[in-house]
Formats: sequence, structure tokens, C-alpha cells
Amino acid sequence: MTADLLYSDVEDDLRASVRALLADHCEPSALLKRAESGEPYDLKLWRALAGDLGAAGLQVPEDRGGHGASAREIALVLEELGRSVAPVPFLGSAVLATNALLATGTDHELLGKLAAGTTTAALAVPLSSTPDTFKSTVEVADGVLTGRVGTVADASVADVLVVPAGDGLYLVDSGFTVSELVSLDLTRRVADVTLSGAHGTLIASGAAATEALTAALTAGAALLASEQLGLADWCLEETVRYLKGRYQFGRPVGSFQALKHRLADLWLELVSARAAARYAADCLARQDPDLPVAAAVAQALCSDIAVHAAEECVQLHAGIGMTWEHPAHLYLKRAKANQIALGTAGRHRAALATLLDLPG
Amino acid sequence: MTLTADDLRERTRKLLDEHDTADRSAFLQARFDAGLAWVHFPEGLGGLDAPRALQSVVDAELAAAGAPDNDPRRIGIGLGMAAPTILKFGNDEQRKRYLRPLWIGEEVWCQLFSEPGAGSDLAALGTRAVREGEDWVVTGQKVWTSSAHTARFAILVTRTDPDVPKHQGMTYFICDMHAPGVEVRPLRQITGEAEFNEVFLTGVRIPDANRLGEVGEGWKVAQTTLMNERVAIGGHAIPREGGMIGIAAKLWRERPELRTPELHDRLLRLWVRSEGVRLAGTRLRQQLAAGSPGPEGSGMKLAFSTLNQEISGLELELLGEEGLRYDDWTMRRPDKVDFTGREAGYRYLRAKGNSIEGGTSEVLRNIISERVLGLPSEPRVDKDVAWKDLPR
Repeated sequence: MTADLLYSDVEDDLRASVRALLADHCEPSALLKRAESGEPYDLKLWRALAGDLGAAGLQVPEDRGGHGASAREIALVLEELGRSVAPVPFLGSAVLATNALLATGTDHELLGKLAAGTTTAALAVPLSSTPDTFKSTVEVADGVLTGRVGTVADASVADVLVVPAGDGLYLVDSGFTVSELVSLDLTRRVADVTLSGAHGTLIASGAAATEALTAALTAGAALLASEQLGLADWCLEETVRYLKGRYQFGRPVGSFQALKHRLADLWLELVSARAAARYAADCLARQDPDLPVAAAVAQALCSDIAVHAAEECVQLHAGIGMTWEHPAHLYLKRAKANQIALGTAGRHRAALATLLDLPG
Repeated sequence: MTLTADDLRERTRKLLDEHDTADRSAFLQARFDAGLAWVHFPEGLGGLDAPRALQSVVDAELAAAGAPDNDPRRIGIGLGMAAPTILKFGNDEQRKRYLRPLWIGEEVWCQLFSEPGAGSDLAALGTRAVREGEDWVVTGQKVWTSSAHTARFAILVTRTDPDVPKHQGMTYFICDMHAPGVEVRPLRQITGEAEFNEVFLTGVRIPDANRLGEVGEGWKVAQTTLMNERVAIGGHAIPREGGMIGIAAKLWRERPELRTPELHDRLLRLWVRSEGVRLAGTRLRQQLAAGSPGPEGSGMKLAFSTLNQEISGLELELLGEEGLRYDDWTMRRPDKVDFTGREAGYRYLRAKGNSIEGGTSEVLRNIISERVLGLPSEPRVDKDVAWKDLPR
């Protein structure tokens, strides 16, 4: 194995830039206010992140309008977005739609626009999809698409949809309606998409379309692990900080062994999560043949660990953790939604059973 | 000049060219003298002052050539605990005398730390050492001593001043296990064998020349030993499905008739966790090689012990009826530690020790929460009290 599981100096610099930008935009009070407004996404932040920092195009080659970095750097951005539960359509546009387009191999000018953040896209599949469970609900006849897709991530701000329909993959930029749902996750919205006679541009068909969709969903799973890692990291850090300062029974609550041991166990889970998330991102960057295993391991570990971290964060903040004004609930909602996104841990374990020849 | 991986590869090939690998003892001696035993040790003491990470280059070359190794499982305490302590706190004479036979395996070491009244609370220990001229006279009882029955020497912590708080009055020695007054009694364990021993020390005379570190500084010396013990565990690269999970996965593949949905789910969960811990170990080694060790090492032993216990428990259930059998309850005194050896029942019972030996999981969680996460310690009632005044 030649995987590099560390962070490079360039990645550390990138982290610092992204974190500084997010610090200005993702104050908990601002996140809450936005979540209850008619504009759930921070599009000013999205433009700064995608356009000024170039974060959306890191994975896109330079000759296709991107920055020619790799999935490792995208993963790093996701760690920071997870740490701040940032309300931006990064997963839908920069990860899922972009990876689908990259996998089709067509030299589409759309990639450059997505990289620059001037256009936002969404992959029109239910967010819970995995390669082996996905079934298209969109019909196609003579390039005209009809159907409904439920719970599409980031669809509410998408200019363009990448739609699997029939045995092809299509681009659609008009003729669809998006109805916003009340989402469990307040900072990443899912919406129902209805296509009624939309004209689509075919970008892949047959096996190539299936491969592109599989590649996008696998890349999504591999990269989502980093968002889960970042989220869990924030939950642990914040809980430790709180328990050092909160006094009960005449002592800092964090000096009680019963709580220390729970946090030590959580920290240890995070050590594994970090290694697994880095390995998945690195396999994706190198297109290593171990990618399917790496992605499934990363999801099977990180999605549950992120939920555990968020649940511990709520519990150990006690009454305060149950309030609307404390941000813990935003993390719990993101973590729980992420556990379902791109396959639950159980689905990924089932995939591993096949990949590893450990049949049931 | 800093040595590179290529330099070490070249030196290893030269060693292989010039020495017959069939003569185990002679080859190991030549390897030590060539500085390829532990490359991060100083020249003349089995090393080359090279970066520690480059040891893996040497090991890989030697393994590929089928060269004999020094059986680290048999001499693990010497390698992992005594040697780094002697290197750091020993004088030149002590380093020259002990390190070579230790590494070659001519002299096995054991560790006389724990006592019946001081296990996890090591600093509470009460084995007394009293100065008499050039000697110290030692009296007390130690316990859980692996390899005491085969050991030539021991690292030993004693109480030399009972009138000061417990962490201050300790002194660290090298103890000759063949000295008069040293008595080793086997301690039979839940596996049926006696891997551990009790060691009774009655008026044992240890020359002052066998002291490691200053009088009263034994705690500081012992910390070095213990830190190295935990680094040594989980410190080497394992392939996917290496260790306990590999045994369970193999059984699963070979015995379809034993499969149930519930066991399948547990196996997959444990497989995923094992892979996560394995990758964390890889990441830790990459951090060490890059010269920036993270705190991850503190948790590896804790993670492995939990996994070993859960996997070995699953293995017995998977075997069903066969799991009711045990291979052999005969009392034996093995000369090496082998967690995965023998059969499933043994593995299950032996793994129970993994969360106790080398720091209990509870103590490791305290270390992680206090030193890694920076949480406050529990209030201490024993810190400023003279050792002799502590309740026990």
C-alpha cells in the first residue's frame, strides 16, 4: 500500500484559508437565523468558497477549467465544512455532480463553470442512493425527460441537474421544478425534483452512464467520510472545552472519570475515522483499485462515529445541549442525515461482505 | 551524514553476502555488530544513529532473504522496555554489558514492577531497598512477572525512601535473577498455563553499580520504560486481516455451515473496526517517519485489546458446539507470549489479559483524557503525603 494518510503542507495551508473564511460566515446564531429564513443557503459564502478560494474546482483538471489538485484536497475542504456545518451546496455540486461529469470524460464546459462557482449543479438521485441500490425513476423518450426524484441534495439552488434516466446520463438546465422539503438537516436541504417534459443533453449512455453514476456515488461516499470526520472533530473539541469550564459538585465536570472515559473512547473512534477517511480520499485521488473497499470502510466507520460524537455532544452539554440556541442540534441533524446519505453503515457493510468474500 | 534508506539497504545486503544465515546465533551477532539490530541506537550498540523509521527497510530485506530473527516475542520485555531504559539512563559500562546479549536473545529480561498492593497505582509500591556499603539490600514481593522463569536479568523498581511522597522515594535497578534471595513461583492463569510468575525478593544484594538513574529518581526512569512498552505494542505494520480478525474471517470463509445473520453482522462490524485501527496504525507510523508523532499512539493498545476480546469471543460463538471444547488445561510455563496461538478457547481467555497487562484500559483512558484531551485529573488524596503514611 502506497497510500499517504497524512496532511501535506499545502493541505494545511488550504485548511487555514477555508477555516478563516468559514469563521466569518458560520456563527451559530447566523446559521440558525438563515435556517429559518427563505434563503437556507449562504450563497455569498458559496461564491467566496468556490470562486475566490477555488475550492469547488480542486478536483477538476486545469485543462477542464479547474485547479488540478485532487480528491485529497476536496476531502480537506469537506472536513472544514463539516466542522462548521456550513450551509453551502458543496456536496451536491462540487462533489456529486462534478464527479459524475468527470467520470463521463466529456470535455464539457460546464465543469469549468462549476469549478468557478458561477454555476451550481445537483445530481438528481435520492441522497440515500448507493451504486447497488439506485433505480432511476425518470423516463426518457427522444431526449425528453419525465419523472420525479425525491430528496435530492442541494437541488433548491441548482442551475443544472445531472439526471440518470433510462440507460443514460443527461444534463438538464430547464423544464424542471424543485419543491423544497422540510429537511431533518437544517443546513443541507433536500428537495423533490419534478421533470415534466424537460429537454436533456445526453452525456453518457449504457455502461458508460452506469459507470459514471457508480463513480460519482462511490466518490461521494469516500469524500463524505471527511465531512463526517470534521463534524465529529468539532463535537469532541467543543464538548471537551465545555466540560473543562462547567463546574458541578465543586469540580469541573470534565474531571469525573465517568465522563473522561467516554471522551477518551470517542477520541479513539476519531483516530480510526481520520485514518479511514484519509485512506478513502487518497484511494480516490490515485484511483486505487482498493477504492470500493476504502469508501465502504470509511462510510461504515465515519457515519456512525459522527452520529455518536454528535449524540455525546448533546448529552454531555445536558440541558444546554437540548436548546435551540446551542449549535449542538445543527451537528446532530447533519450527522444523522449524513448517516443515511450515500448509504447507511449497514448498507456499506453489506457491500463489504461481497467485496471481501465474507458472504452472509 | 544522515543515512538514507538506500544506504541501509546496501549495508543489509552486504551483511547477507558476508554471513551465513543458517547459523542463527552467529548471524544475529554479526547483524548487531553491523549496526542493523536497531538502527536508531548509537554506533557500537547495535545501531547506526539512523532514523528509527528506517528499521523497516532492514527488516524487509532480511525477511525477504529468509534470515533468522531474534524472536521478539520471546525477548519482548528486554527489547521493548529494558533496552530503551538502559540506553537512556544507563552509563557506558552498563550499555556495553547488557544491550548486545539482550538483543541477540542470549539473556532474557523480565520486569519487576507490579506488586500485590500496587498494580495500576505503580507508585504505591513497597518493595524496600536499603543501602549497605556498596550494595543495596532488597526485600519485597512482585507479581504478574512474565518470563521470570527464563529471565537472566530484571528491571526493578524499589522504595528507597518511605518518608517522602510516593513518587519521590523510588530507585530503579538491574536485578540479577540468579542472585541469592530471588525466588520465582509460577502463577497459574485462567488459560491453565503459567505465563506469569510471582517473584519473592528476600535480602537480595544488588551492587550500586547496577542502579539505573539517580537515587530517588526511579519514577522518572520507570516512566521511560512504560512509555516504550506502549509504543512497542501495535508498533509494527500488519497487512489487512492481520491478527485476530484474519483468524475469524478465515473460519467464516471455510465453514459456511456455521454462518448466521447475527454473526455475519457482528463479523462485518468487527472487520470494519479492525481495518480502521489498522489504518490508524499505518497513519501513526507515517507520522513517526515524518518526525511528527501525534498522540494516536496512546490509544492503539486500548483499541487492540478491545478488538481482540470481541473477535475472540465471536470466534467461540461461531464455532458453536465445537466452542464448548478446550484444547488443553495442562499447566505449562511457556517461554514466549503468543496471543493468537493454540485454539479459539485459549485465544478468548488469553485476550482477557490484553486490557489488563501493560496498563489497564481504565488507566489508558485516564491518560488519553488528561494528556491528549487536557481534561482535569481527579482530585488526588495521596500526592503530598509521605508513602509510609498512606492507607493500604
